[in-house]
Amino acid sequence: MSSGSQIQDPIRLVGLTLGYDRHPAIHHLDGTVRAGDLLALVGPNGAGKSTLLKGMAGEIPCLDGRIERSAAVAYMPQADEIDRSFPLSVLDLAGMGLWRRAGAWRSLIRQRGAVEAALAAVGLAGFEARPIGTLSGGQFRRALFARLILQDCSVILLDEPFTGIDNRTVDDLLVLIRTWHAEGRTIVAALHDLAQVRAHFPATLLLAREPIAWGPTARVLTSENLARARNLSEAWDEGAPICAGPRAEAAHDHAAHDHGTHGHHHHEDAA
Amino acid sequence: MIDPFGSLVAPFVEFGFMRRALAGCLALSVSAPPVGVFLTLRRMSLMSDAMSHAILPGAAAGFLVAGLSLPAMTLGGLVAGLAVALLAGAVTRVTTVREDANLAAFYLISLAGGVLLVSLRGSQIDLMHFLFGSVLALDDAALWLLGGISTLTLVALAVIYRPLVMECVDPLFLRTVSRSGGPVHLAFLALVVINLVGGFQALGTLLAVGLMLLPAVAARFWARDLGGLIPVSMLIAALASVSGLSLSYQYDLPSGPAIVLAAGALYLASMLAGPRGGLLRRLIRPRHLEA
Repeated sequence: MSSGSQIQDPIRLVGLTLGYDRHPAIHHLDGTVRAGDLLALVGPNGAGKSTLLKGMAGEIPCLDGRIERSAAVAYMPQADEIDRSFPLSVLDLAGMGLWRRAGAWRSLIRQRGAVEAALAAVGLAGFEARPIGTLSGGQFRRALFARLILQDCSVILLDEPFTGIDNRTVDDLLVLIRTWHAEGRTIVAALHDLAQVRAHFPATLLLAREPIAWGPTARVLTSENLARARNLSEAWDEGAPICAGPRAEAAHDHAAHDHGTHGHHHHEDAA
Repeated sequence: MIDPFGSLVAPFVEFGFMRRALAGCLALSVSAPPVGVFLTLRRMSLMSDAMSHAILPGAAAGFLVAGLSLPAMTLGGLVAGLAVALLAGAVTRVTTVREDANLAAFYLISLAGGVLLVSLRGSQIDLMHFLFGSVLALDDAALWLLGGISTLTLVALAVIYRPLVMECVDPLFLRTVSRSGGPVHLAFLALVVINLVGGFQALGTLLAVGLMLLPAVAARFWARDLGGLIPVSMLIAALASVSGLSLSYQYDLPSGPAIVLAAGALYLASMLAGPRGGLLRRLIRPRHLEA
């Protein structure tokens, strides 16, 4: 198992339970997202993918256990709360990513080149002055990726970043994700397209409220594991008893073991 | 009427109280409309209406204690307005009921309390003063107050401008990069309250909202981004102040309603003729472009 030498792990999950109104959506999850991981979160609807990402981003409190973060995290939610009717230019939207460097008062004039470069990197060169309300869904997603570029975080969390986006845009954004990976950034993305995950993501965490498997994608996305994930009951049981603690220690050990022993191996052929 | 420009300017040249009224209204014209612009952009236009009612009991309490005293009524209005805003915000944070619903509940309680307080003591005339203001009787203290509110508002807006815009556009993003979202939201609510208290000096509680919102809404028909909306809204408010005061002098109308009606006329004109989504623009549609 990775320990001592891996103090730089950007995100560690320790006995983590996340949920709403005492009902867990993620149940007793242990594991480590290591620096440079390109990790896909896979699972049926209601499996807790979004909840886990929200927890990692610090959006919701832990019901139990804890999340240890050692790096700044950039987070792109599944359903953003962005008011598209607000009179804001694409340049300004992407420029929000500079908050960590510019704060509330520092001038952005000298950063204009960086913002334009980020927009060009997502194929939105020439869109700087366009109001955000006039962008199509795919263009808007590209603008949000430009903002992520400018945030320049070592950990990037993406919640279903490709939903409702055409293939060309997906391909462009996957190239960007691969660039981030090559730069040594850590990326965790919730995804539904298994072919996409197999093609582009070296590591996968298969969730169904409980972690089903965590490790190299090929070993996680087996038909047996996927069937187990599908059988998850999505029901929100009002009469659920109070949880007494981690139920299946063996399963956790298995998941941790998988992760620890095969992670490195897979990273090598991920490049 | 032979010399419209002269008749517009003459009352301000001749009478000191008209100049005072103009100075007070112009101070308010610079500070209230930008606040209104943010309110309309956050779809909180009606929130300012609620807040203006919430101020009433505080001002009434001040009136009960000290009579028609500016500091007492201002302080009372500020306390009541901020209390309602903070309570609504706090209840929203700890329960699942939305902020507008909580605000409505608190302002109704506050308004009823205010009407009760005013009717306990005080004649009909006092009530009219409350509701419709006294812009033609602004003394030095009231002018200093309006000037101070205006200065404070502009400085505060400059300080919180960037996080405020981010909070309006993408509150979730601001939460992930900074903890300033909550304080900025509260600071903005405080600005709404102090501008309403200022407007209540000049125009009365019922009309204070007018100078805040009408220019802001009218500006939407002229400008596309914040850099344009804010100055245009200030200009419209200033125009409404000058023309409203002038009309009220010439035709012996109550000045507060005259100013707000002037702002309303400018809004209707903007809605008709404004280049951004104005009605005339919609009727005369140029042929669409190729790409």
